[in-house]
Amino acid sequence: MKRYLVQRLLLFVPTLLGALTLVFFFIHLIPGDPIEVMLGETASAADKEDLRHALALDEPIFVQYASFLGALARGDLGRSLYEQGAVTEIIRARLPATFELTLGAMVLAVLGSFPLAILAALNRRSWIDRVALLLSLLGLSMPNFWLGPLLMIIFSIHLGWLPVSGRGGFSHLLLPSLTLGLGMAAILTRILRASLLQVAGEDYVQTARAKGLGESWVWLKHTLRNALLPVITIVSLQLGGLLAGAIITETIFSWPGIGRLTVQAIQTRDYPLVQGCVLTLAVSYLVINFVTDICYRLADPRITYGK
Amino acid sequence: MENSHWLYAGTTILVLVIIAALFAPVLAPHDPARQDLEQDLLTYSRSHPLGTDKLGRDILSRTIYGSRVSLSVGIATVTLSLAIGLAIGSLSGYAGGWVDQLLMRLVDVLLAFPGILLAIAFAAVLGPGLHHVVIALCLIGWTGYARLVRGEILALREREFVQAAQALGCKPHRVVARHLLPNLLPPLLIQATFGLAAAIIAEGSLSFLGLGVEPPTPSWGAMLNEGRQFLLVAPHLTAYPGLAIMITVLGLNLLGDALQDRLEPRRR
Repeated sequence: MKRYLVQRLLLFVPTLLGALTLVFFFIHLIPGDPIEVMLGETASAADKEDLRHALALDEPIFVQYASFLGALARGDLGRSLYEQGAVTEIIRARLPATFELTLGAMVLAVLGSFPLAILAALNRRSWIDRVALLLSLLGLSMPNFWLGPLLMIIFSIHLGWLPVSGRGGFSHLLLPSLTLGLGMAAILTRILRASLLQVAGEDYVQTARAKGLGESWVWLKHTLRNALLPVITIVSLQLGGLLAGAIITETIFSWPGIGRLTVQAIQTRDYPLVQGCVLTLAVSYLVINFVTDICYRLADPRITYGK
Repeated sequence: MENSHWLYAGTTILVLVIIAALFAPVLAPHDPARQDLEQDLLTYSRSHPLGTDKLGRDILSRTIYGSRVSLSVGIATVTLSLAIGLAIGSLSGYAGGWVDQLLMRLVDVLLAFPGILLAIAFAAVLGPGLHHVVIALCLIGWTGYARLVRGEILALREREFVQAAQALGCKPHRVVARHLLPNLLPPLLIQATFGLAAAIIAEGSLSFLGLGVEPPTPSWGAMLNEGRQFLLVAPHLTAYPGLAIMITVLGLNLLGDALQDRLEPRRR
């Protein structure tokens, strides 16, 4: 396990560094003068120079890169151009909302997909199986920027059951979570169904049945338990997808998370804040994947890296 | 049986969308950009079966023309991503060693950005426009193809027919082009079908955020974004373009699933 951990860390560090480098050069890729892009052509020369100096854009690129990494190590992502305060503080204030939404979406996705996948696998090739597959395909094909407004029209505007937007209690969380979680539910249904069917054909499941174990016990103890392993990986990979999906969902429902913050920062051309948001989302994704890999290895010691 | 149904359903949907895109000027009852402020936000009328938007533009015509943007961005993104992924994946898989390590670490770095986050960031930097959307989507799009090609080549390289070609003195580029690539076609075709669906949704997402094509070019994502402001009074503005995206993507997913069942049954 120690060797695996070291190998995984050796891969994690350069990937993280690569992602940081890409995000850093991203602000320098802006065609033309980034200061002009941020302040507009009408800004005075003195204002432009002030901002250029404040962002250290008058330094050579590698000096800027080194000070970016140094500042990052101290947890400093610079200051927002429009919102008062440090980028780290602004992001920190928004992160809980995004985690709440992502968690809500994941819980709904698991609650929706597991019963559907199990029912489909138990009734393979029946109408239940076909309906489950069609539902999952529909879920996969429905973009969240359409599903969100659609749910809003039905449940908030016409029926008036749930609030239209904003963050509050459970009622506020339901529609955004459903919007964000549907795609993940669709993928989980497909993967778990396929995994269950594959495991159901394994010798040890047949043996369990031959020993005279009850059918429900065979499914619960032998099939479902083993079929869940690939699902762990998918859940983690999808968690990253949820972080990106949060950008759209939070914008639709005016959810005060990091996704909406990213869009607002893009709209106001607040590049230090855009950089901070992109970096936070990428690092969260990398850390989630790293932790999942370790958990997966703990769950299944047969896994080795790179083989 | 079920597989054939899905294949036919997927193909039919795709063909209809392609016809809509190709013959939009013939099929659309109105000019999609023509404004008529006296006819704004209509829900239904004889001359506007799907209603009109806030500027009185015909929704049906804009939805038909919208297929052009979705399909062209999707096809351009898939073609470009496929070409880059094929080149890098072949090089990585065939060369091995440090070249493989370097290229795959580059893929890892790009995949460190969840979903379309990097595309959103780059589209924001590059500004709106059809070409910029394609570039932003290709930025990460090629990585999936590169990984797939590399993996397949690593597996195929050990097969006897490839080793025989090498033993006969075949040059590396000939081995790749004549012996490896034909075997890569089925998985690439499947991935490209799903990739087209993903690119259409991604274009819609970018347009929805105002980072897609520039107005007044009709795009399904941009129409949805415009309609969002009128959810209370004119929900049909969001309903139709969304339905168009969903049906197109559903068609591609059905087709992808059916192709996977037929061409690569092992992977199911």
